[in-house]
Amino acid sequence: MKLDTSGFESFSTQIEPLDGIVGDFSAAPAFELPNSTDFDGFQKEAIQMVKPAKGTTTLAFIFKEGVMVAADSRASMGGYISSQSVKKIIEINPYMLGTMAGGAADCQFWHRNLGVKCRLHELANKRRISVTGASKLLANILYSYRGMGLSVGTMIAGWDETGPGLYYVDSEGGRLKGTRFSVGSGSPYAYGVLDSGYRFDMSIEEAAELARRSIYHATFRDGASGGVASVYYVGPNGWKKLTGDDVGELHYHYNPVTPNTVEQEMAEAPGV
Amino acid sequence: MVKEQANWSPYDNNGGSCVAIAGADYCVIAADTRMSTGYNILTRDYSKICQLADKCVMASSGFQADVNALKKNLYAKHLIYQHQHNKQMSCPAMAQLLSNTLYYKRFFPYYSFNVLGGLDSEGKGCVFTYDAVGSYERVGYSSQGSGSTLIMPFLDNQLKSPSPLLLPAQDAVTPLSEVEAVELVKTVFASAAERDIFTGDKLEIVVLGASGIRREYMDLRKD
Repeated sequence: MKLDTSGFESFSTQIEPLDGIVGDFSAAPAFELPNSTDFDGFQKEAIQMVKPAKGTTTLAFIFKEGVMVAADSRASMGGYISSQSVKKIIEINPYMLGTMAGGAADCQFWHRNLGVKCRLHELANKRRISVTGASKLLANILYSYRGMGLSVGTMIAGWDETGPGLYYVDSEGGRLKGTRFSVGSGSPYAYGVLDSGYRFDMSIEEAAELARRSIYHATFRDGASGGVASVYYVGPNGWKKLTGDDVGELHYHYNPVTPNTVEQEMAEAPGV
Repeated sequence: MVKEQANWSPYDNNGGSCVAIAGADYCVIAADTRMSTGYNILTRDYSKICQLADKCVMASSGFQADVNALKKNLYAKHLIYQHQHNKQMSCPAMAQLLSNTLYYKRFFPYYSFNVLGGLDSEGKGCVFTYDAVGSYERVGYSSQGSGSTLIMPFLDNQLKSPSPLLLPAQDAVTPLSEVEAVELVKTVFASAAERDIFTGDKLEIVVLGASGIRREYMDLRKD
């Protein structure tokens, strides 16, 4: 399948060369591929060297009032925490969100590219793109790069004419419509809390608290997840960030420490 | 039938560390000047810092040949921008450009670990930190390179500021003065040079402020 390099089309105005000297930067550069006999092996090594940020917990679910999206903010390179403040919920446009899991650069770049495509669709068709359409655009691009080492596990959440929409899209080319997803190394833990507490007819506050708790529990048990738990709500008027809490502080919020009484401490000290 | 292994790699690591700290109205960018390959030192006097625009300075460690190619690429794109828009690129704009430039080589990456520092359009200090394929984030301080695992925890201890993801939002800029930030950078590199074999020789510090750009040097361990 031919590589879909439409993601790299330059939309800036082309300056016509006066005397035939080609301005290389105005032409859309295709992806440079290395001249190696073993492309597969080279990619494996390049990925090892680049070590994309793995390990994360993201989740999203549809409920009566709309879509709730939540994620942690830790990026790890092997055992080293490269950042505790990564934005894993990407704002594609004012009514659509994407989550990031897998390679940070891959997710950032392709979500931004998706935002561009969505805007172009609006301008060309005089109406907003649906969540179905947006997720399909992304899935098709990722499918065309299948096998080349992109690492993207994302959820596209939004509100369109048909109501709330949620899709899971990954770099293997998979695209699933659903009502409840969690992606990343912490997802088993998040699913445990999310699935047991979920009801379709929750209020926004209840849903936000459930999402926050699920992320907190995942960060507690998964070493590759941590930082700040962000919760976003997508409703008929677009998305809104509801909470952003440090998970260390959330721990003591959910498990308050009761101080010892002074008499107890005195009793522990041995008599002379 | 054993699969053939390549016996030549297009990459090399020239070592070194870079640091950038953002202040209320200044930005400090620093890097050591040692360039090495394996256990050999190629030169003790190599600058890893380059000024991309009036208010934008980049420091990169990793494979310096790739860093130079990347630098050339960015200079050229910046020149075209200046011709088209009749103004210099702002630091946040350059940050996005660098991210895209890195990602265009997603399947044959620039082996370059960058830290971009400068002043944003409001005159506040900003630092952007990157991985090799272009994922980036605006932060209050950052370090990259061989000494970064030694330097980062110390900067976290001294400068840790509230995460930009917290709600209600809190500012991610260091409360240090310019003089204190430069002293901190000197301390940090002196420590890194003690325990990282690829960091040492000399420290180059660039300070970007409202009044312009200032350069300073300090000797580090040469062993």
